[in-house]
Order: sequence, then C-alpha cells, then structure tokens
Amino acid sequence: MEKKLLLGAEAVAQGAIDAGISGVYAYPGTPSTEITEYIQRATEGNQPSVHSRWATNEKTAFEAALGVSYSGRRSLVCMKHVGLNVAADAFMNAAITGVHGGLVLVVADDPSMHSSQNEQDSRYYGRFAMIPILEPSNQQEAYEMVRYGFDLSEEMRLPVMLRITTRLSHSRAVVTPAEPLAQNDLNPDCERNRWILLPANARKNYHRLLDKQDALRQVSEESPYNRTISGSGERAVLAFGIAVNYAMEVITTHNLDIPLLKISQYPLPVEMVKQFTARYSEILVAEEGYPLQEELLRGFSGDNRYRGRLDGTLPRTGELSPALLEKALLGFAEQQEVTWFEQTRTADPLRGEVHPLVAPRPPMLCKGCSHRDLFEAINRAMNDYPAKHVFGDIGCYTLGALPPYSTISSCVDMGASITMAKGAADAGLRPALCVIGDSTFTHSGITGLLDAVNDCSPLTVIISDNGTTAMTGGQDSAGTGRFFDICKGVGVDEAHIRSIVPLRKNMEENITIIREELEYEGVSVIIAQRECIHIRKTKNR
Amino acid sequence: MHKDIIIAGVGGQGILTIAAIIDLAAMELGLQVKQAEVHGMSQRGGAVESHLRISSEAIWSDLIPLGKADLILSLEPMEALRQLPFLSPKGLIITATEPQGEIVGYPSVDALQTAIAATGFHLLVDATTLAKDAGSSKSSNLVMLGAAAPYLGIGNKVLEKAITTYFAKKGETIVATNLRAFRLGAELTD
Repeated sequence: MEKKLLLGAEAVAQGAIDAGISGVYAYPGTPSTEITEYIQRATEGNQPSVHSRWATNEKTAFEAALGVSYSGRRSLVCMKHVGLNVAADAFMNAAITGVHGGLVLVVADDPSMHSSQNEQDSRYYGRFAMIPILEPSNQQEAYEMVRYGFDLSEEMRLPVMLRITTRLSHSRAVVTPAEPLAQNDLNPDCERNRWILLPANARKNYHRLLDKQDALRQVSEESPYNRTISGSGERAVLAFGIAVNYAMEVITTHNLDIPLLKISQYPLPVEMVKQFTARYSEILVAEEGYPLQEELLRGFSGDNRYRGRLDGTLPRTGELSPALLEKALLGFAEQQEVTWFEQTRTADPLRGEVHPLVAPRPPMLCKGCSHRDLFEAINRAMNDYPAKHVFGDIGCYTLGALPPYSTISSCVDMGASITMAKGAADAGLRPALCVIGDSTFTHSGITGLLDAVNDCSPLTVIISDNGTTAMTGGQDSAGTGRFFDICKGVGVDEAHIRSIVPLRKNMEENITIIREELEYEGVSVIIAQRECIHIRKTKNR
Repeated sequence: MHKDIIIAGVGGQGILTIAAIIDLAAMELGLQVKQAEVHGMSQRGGAVESHLRISSEAIWSDLIPLGKADLILSLEPMEALRQLPFLSPKGLIITATEPQGEIVGYPSVDALQTAIAATGFHLLVDATTLAKDAGSSKSSNLVMLGAAAPYLGIGNKVLEKAITTYFAKKGETIVATNLRAFRLGAELTD
C-alpha cells in the first residue's frame, strides 16, 4: 500500500476505515476532532456508506456506536478526555453489556491543557471499566492498533479504549497502511439478557466481565506492542505510550546503556513487568498523564526502586518532553555530559523562561467576531448593576473572560453556564445572566434550561449563535436555525425569547433588549445570531 | 542526514503550509518525517510553531529537544526569539522582519533585531516586499521557505516540485505566484 504522511489523529481514522467500520460517532473536541473530519473527507461517496455526521454530544455518540455494535457492525467513537465524563454512563455500562460488533473508543487526552480545562488521564476510566486500553507510541502504531483493537473487541466481546494525547494526535509521520477490510454484515445480537441490564442480568454480566480479566492480562503479556529494548545497565526505564519516544531519543543520542520496557497495552502485563523490574535497583516510570502505573507499582509495599512523577524525578503535572526525560535519565546514568538542557541559551526554559523581550501572545477573539459586539453590549447593559456576574461556557466565547471585555465570571464544563446561573438565581443573585454558544447549548444546555423553566428561576440565557462549532474549526452545529423552536418547546414564554444581531450598528437596541430581559423575573432567552466570520469567508470563497 | 527545524509565527501566517511543503519534498526523497503542529485554542491569534524533523534514520521524538534545532524559520521576528531555547549553539535563525505587533508589551523593532543579531548566525528577510514583488502579499511564507532552502538538506528542484503539487488544486496562477515567491527568497541565500 502507498505510504501516507498522516497526523496521529488521521492515522487512527485511516486505521478505522481500513478496519471496516460502518460508522464514526463523535462530538468535536481538541485534540480529537481531526479523526472524524478525516473520515468524513475520506469516505465521502463510499459504498457501502460509512456514517460520519457529528453527534450532539459524546453520550449520544457513544450510545449510537453501541447500537451499531449491537447490530453486528464495527463502530468508532471519538472524543476528547473531558468528553468521556459526558459519555461515562454509557461507557461504564457498555463494559457490563459487552459488545457484539467491534467497538473502539478513541479518547484524546490533553496533558499540559493546551486547549482544555483539566488534564485528566483517561486510562483511569479504562481501568475503572475493566476493559483493554491501547496506547500507541507513534503514528504507525496508531494506525495498526485500531484494527488490532477491533479484532480484540470482537474476540473479547468488550469495548476497547485507544488512548492518544495531543502530541501524537497533532504530529505527522509516514504511515504504511494495510489492505482494507470489508464491513461486517448486519447481524443483530439476539442474546437479550446481555443487553438488558436489569439487576439479575447485570450481576451475571459483571461476573462475566471479572472472569475475563485473566484473559485480558494474558493478551497483554503476549501483545506485540509490549516489548523490551535491551541494555545491561543497573537501572531501567518502564515507558508507556508516547513516553517511549522521549526516552529512546535520550538513550540513542547519548548512547546510554539503559534497558527499556515499552508498554502500549493494558491491563498491565504483570508477569512481564515483574520479570523486567526484578533485575534493576532503580526504575524510572515514564508515563504521559497522571502517575497511574507508578502509583500502582509503588503501592503500599515500600518498594522505593521506582522513580517518576511522584518523587519529583519527573514533574507531577504537564506533558513530558525530551528535555525532561534527559534530565531524569542522565541523572540515572550518572553521566556528566553537557545536556541539551544546559546548552540552551536561556536561564531555565523548563520553567518557561524565554527571552526577556518576548511578550506573551494569548489567544484572542478574531477581528470582526460577533462575540465581540455581544460582550460589549453585555458589559454596557450590566453597568447599571452592582453585581456583575456572567456565567460562561466552553467555546470561543470563553475568551470573553480576557481583556478588553473581562465579561465572563465562570467556565467549568459544557452546559454549566445555564445551570450555574440557575443555582445562583435560586440563591438570590440578581441579575442571573449566562452566555452559551449554539453548539454547547444543544450539547448540554437544553436540559438545564428545562430545569430553570420548571423552577421558574429568574434567569437570562444568551445563546451566542454563530451557526457553527467554531472553537474546533467550524463543524456543523446540531441546532442551527431551530433555537427559537427549541426554547419554546422547552417551555420558555414566547414573549421572552428575543432575537438580536450583534453588530455595531445595533448596539443601542441590543443593550435595551438585554436590559429588559435582565429585569424580567422569569426565564428569558436572547438568541444573538450572527455567523462566524471564518465560516462566512469559507462560504464566500 | 538529519535536520531539526522549528517553523514559527502567528496563527494564519501559513506556517503549516511551509511545513507541509517540506514534508512532501522529504517524502519524495524517501526520508523519515515527524512534524508536530499546534491546533486548537492557540490558533486564535496565538503563537504557532511546528517542530519538523527530517532524517534518513528512524526518528523517535515528535518534539525537537531543547538546544537541538538546526534552524529556526520564523515569519515574525519576536516569534523567532520565543523559540530560542530550541536552537542549537551552531543553529541559524532566518526570520521575516515585519512585526505582528498588535499585542501588549510588543518590543521595539530595533531591540528585537539587536537581540536576534546577538544570537549569532542569522538572516533577516523583508518577506512582505518580496511577496508583493512575486504578485501576492499572502506568499510571504513561500519567500521565507525560499530563503531557508539551502539549509534544509533538500534540493530546490525537489522543493519546487512539492510547491507545485501542494498548490495544484488551487490553479496554475497560484502555483506560479508561489513559485515566484520561493525563487525570490532563494536568491537571497544562493
């Protein structure tokens, strides 16, 4: 097959297409978005077709993928790490039902929080659900492990998690694809007791899941993706996923005699790890994310041979890098060489010290963006009130928290603007105002609005509708053109569903409308509709 | 053969285009490539960089280690300086001179140029003017690619073929403009 230069995310996508998926189900989120986008482009017009339309949120995506699996076909479901919090109910219970057609969940974690509100490590979820986790080290493995994951999923009748991180997702390398597989035939599962999680069935299923654990461990022991890279030194490295690359970069550059055990498949191959670690006096545990395995290996046993994020050999937080591994491994090898770290021309780049002339360049709302005119209108409408609290949400408009607007008071999780404003209104805060984007509103805002309607909470919701999921690059938004109907359907009084167009020329009128609704002692919605300037540019091209 | 190149600038300047063209050229020569990019929030007017590694041997890390880059190729002078921790002591800075300075605390152009000069081997390019000469102010990135061409370890012919392939879908006029921009840049360092 012809070699391709692919992002890690694209390698996953190509791997899924070539593994014969019937559909991909996903909600956009950095760094996972490119997987679904690639599948959309690459399978357009394919026969048989591959489903690839965006889902409303990660939970609906996961459940639809589970339905494909029930029908005997292969489905891929993709999300960013915090998306799995939204899909967690479906995810945990899919481990109890098990699967029929192969189901691979790709979760893209974001250590260092390049574009996220936390750096949670999805491997905890995989361990929690007691399913296999695959963690590729490079783009070729990402490609191959998707097919391997589908085979494993069907063999073990369990969902399989493929965990990648920002760096792998957004880095390109040459990938050699394999011969593509055909899609599975439609073959719905008739074993009802497996799928009906009434307590009596669920107890049996849970035992079946527990009984599979030894077999899963055995597959890890024999996995082609877990292997030793030899060396004869006294100290060794246990490296997981992409951390292998940083360790090997240091070992090969400095010619260090450090043995390395590479792990890319979980549950942990316990025998392999025991045999490997027994030989060494010190073992560096290099893993991207939380010190999950390190904590397990240390346990309560007082085994002090392990080095890593917990004892400060590596930082407790943030993404790994070649420099961090170099510092740890050169200390290990007791080598006095001049390091890259010391060669650099600034005081301490690891602490983010750059040349003193360099000013920070924080992300900004684009010139001409509708959110800008909206935030100015909100600020001026709120001027009359002593308490200036505006509950915000996840999207481009979170940047309204930064100067010059400084409008937004909170940003926690998808949909939290409406529900936090509702709680604050219940607690007596006036006015209770929140701003939510169109895609975030359909993702997780509608149920919160229903709560507010049922409680008659005095609350004003501004839906900043730019017609797209802008932050992640302009994916289709689930409710475009239907926000009035949705809000009316949820029960908001029609007289208090207002529409504005956030443009400079409408500023005074918009301020008046916002003020009127802030004064209303009930649930009101203001739909602020103006297309994202990037989408507009693309359309005009 | 092994080259570690940092390509830097501000979101929207065409950094990933330069990276993609070098990638294509490197693949044409059968070289290994790893190229880490920035997507997501930082693209909203933030600093953007790409770590590009090309080699005849296997490449491990997607990130260039600190102090190992052979070249910082920047479309913006302050952004060149931001990447300095990655530059090898023998490394080279090639940067466009026009500032993208609409931010708080942007330094004076003189101070910037003095600081860049102090790093050693460097080249300042008035890419904006050359891009206009080539026929489009949008082709500054290709001028910069041309100026960097002799330091990439890839011949100009292979790079020109990659430029042609990359822009082919956009039509002959755009291919021609970008090739002109590349050549005007390349003349500076021939």
